[in-house]
Amino acid sequence: MAKRIEVSDLNIYYGDFLAVEGVNVSIEPRSITALIGPSGCGKSTFLRSLNRMHEVLPGARVEGKVVMDGQDLYGADVDPVDVRRQIGMVFQRPNPFPTMSIYDNVIAGNRLNNKRMKKADTDELVEKSLRGANLWNEVKDRLDRPGSGLSGGQQQRLCIARAIAVEPDVLLMDEPCSALDPISTLAIEDLMAELKERFTIVIVTHNMQQAARVSEQTGFFNLNGVGQPGRLIEFNPTEKIFSNPDQKATEDYISGRFG
Amino acid sequence: MSTDIRSAPETSSPAQGPVRVERRLSRLALWGLYLAGIALGAALSAATGFSITSTAVYGVVLGTLAVYVATRVVQGRRKATDRLVTCLVTSAFAVAMIPLASLVYTVLSKGLARFDGDFFSMSMFRVVGEGGGAYHAIVGTLIITLVATVISVPIGLFTAIYLVEYGSGRLKKAITFFVDVMTGIPSIVAGLFAYALFTLLFGNDFRAGIMGAVALSVLMIPVVVRSCEEVLKLVPNELREASYALGIPKWRTVVKVVLPTAVAGLGTGITLSVARVIGETAPLLITVGLITGTNLNPFDGRMATLPVFAYYQLTQPGTATQAFLDRAWTAALVLIIFVMALNIVARLISRLFAPKTGR
Repeated sequence: MAKRIEVSDLNIYYGDFLAVEGVNVSIEPRSITALIGPSGCGKSTFLRSLNRMHEVLPGARVEGKVVMDGQDLYGADVDPVDVRRQIGMVFQRPNPFPTMSIYDNVIAGNRLNNKRMKKADTDELVEKSLRGANLWNEVKDRLDRPGSGLSGGQQQRLCIARAIAVEPDVLLMDEPCSALDPISTLAIEDLMAELKERFTIVIVTHNMQQAARVSEQTGFFNLNGVGQPGRLIEFNPTEKIFSNPDQKATEDYISGRFG
Repeated sequence: MSTDIRSAPETSSPAQGPVRVERRLSRLALWGLYLAGIALGAALSAATGFSITSTAVYGVVLGTLAVYVATRVVQGRRKATDRLVTCLVTSAFAVAMIPLASLVYTVLSKGLARFDGDFFSMSMFRVVGEGGGAYHAIVGTLIITLVATVISVPIGLFTAIYLVEYGSGRLKKAITFFVDVMTGIPSIVAGLFAYALFTLLFGNDFRAGIMGAVALSVLMIPVVVRSCEEVLKLVPNELREASYALGIPKWRTVVKVVLPTAVAGLGTGITLSVARVIGETAPLLITVGLITGTNLNPFDGRMATLPVFAYYQLTQPGTATQAFLDRAWTAALVLIIFVMALNIVARLISRLFAPKTGR
């Protein structure tokens, strides 16, 4: 299920503005890869380019290759909708669909794609996904209630359940805990540790302790100045990045000397 | 008067207190002052030949002045300015309410005379004097407005969806511009457009309710586009992104996520745009005209409508003048009730369909 992603010479643009330049990286399957770096350095932009969410914005485009399982995701004959079915995403702010119940939110990905399913199968999928997101025990008695009635941490786990219900190969998480309290954050970090058995996870975070706690690989993004493109400065095993980084800039950032 | 002011509760504090307690004017004292100002205004008005208008003008000015000066003396400049602005804003509101209250009162008092069963069950067929009713006109208004809605809502809603979800660049700007222009089209021009269109298509003698409906659509479409566009813009982009990230194609995202989220606002906007055109007179006057009998087929023959009915009752009374005037007023009353009912429906829609928070 989980797949490796190879990125080579990736340049990401907003219109004429080069936002991220020359990224080469290999993201390992069944592991968590964390992306850290100061604000505006292109972490989220890079993450969104992995499942072609970047091009949703007007004028946004990408050069280079993102290869998953030998297939270039930016190939001419690839439908971005198919890419997104294989590479799910969880956003910074929890965004359950306000018109749908908890139950409907979880199966939104299947139902909105008109996948015909038997009632029993749907029930099973909902339970499996909610259990997978560690939310089942909290919501099993109120599945028909609106998802927006849950707490922020629960909503975020609902969004994770919704993302894993479509059985993607890769899960991208864009600062999934930045709007949450420490307890909800812990719940989601535990969840990530479980999910990496089945998925390839890439997480963007501003919280370096979080990156150190959960990830196997860490990438450090930085930019030389305002208006300059962001670059991937260093990509190494998390332990190495946090103890003995190759680059001076990485060490400065991690030790809090800037950023 | 100054004794009045000081009748406010004595709260002067010892100077050594940590918090400076201000002297304050009580609510009662303020209202007393304001009313005293109005009374003075009435007296002034009486001196120059009494009239309600001059009483109101003098009274509001003097009352405001009294409150301002008193507050300034007792509580200082900041509070006085606050009260002055409060007085001005409230007075402006009161002035704005006068025409509305007066209109409702006039229409009610004159319209209730014929607000009876006959009015809603009889047409004017073979009625030349008293009696008769506006059944034909009520039905005509409902049919024509319904047809206009059926034409306008799909066009308007799809235009709004295009503008918000798909449009970009020059075409979007052009459409927005022309919608704005359409909003400003005088209703008589819309009527002439429909008249010319159907004359070209079907010849000189063609008359049908659909002509009026087309004319009303020309007026209604820009209103629908504008209100739906605003509502669709309010749908958070995060929901669209959440949907795309699940691998849901764009059109399905629009149909299953964006529209359901916005349905309350869309319903409200559409209902209010119906209310906007239901009372139009000019375009109906030159397209569908008026008949005395009931015509339920919008594709053939003239139709009566409430505004046109009221117009003819008023301008061309027969021998029993009062009966015609009464019918005109009642027609106006029924129209106002329709518009009010539509507004209430709009509110109900926005309440019933609003996304539930579940708390």
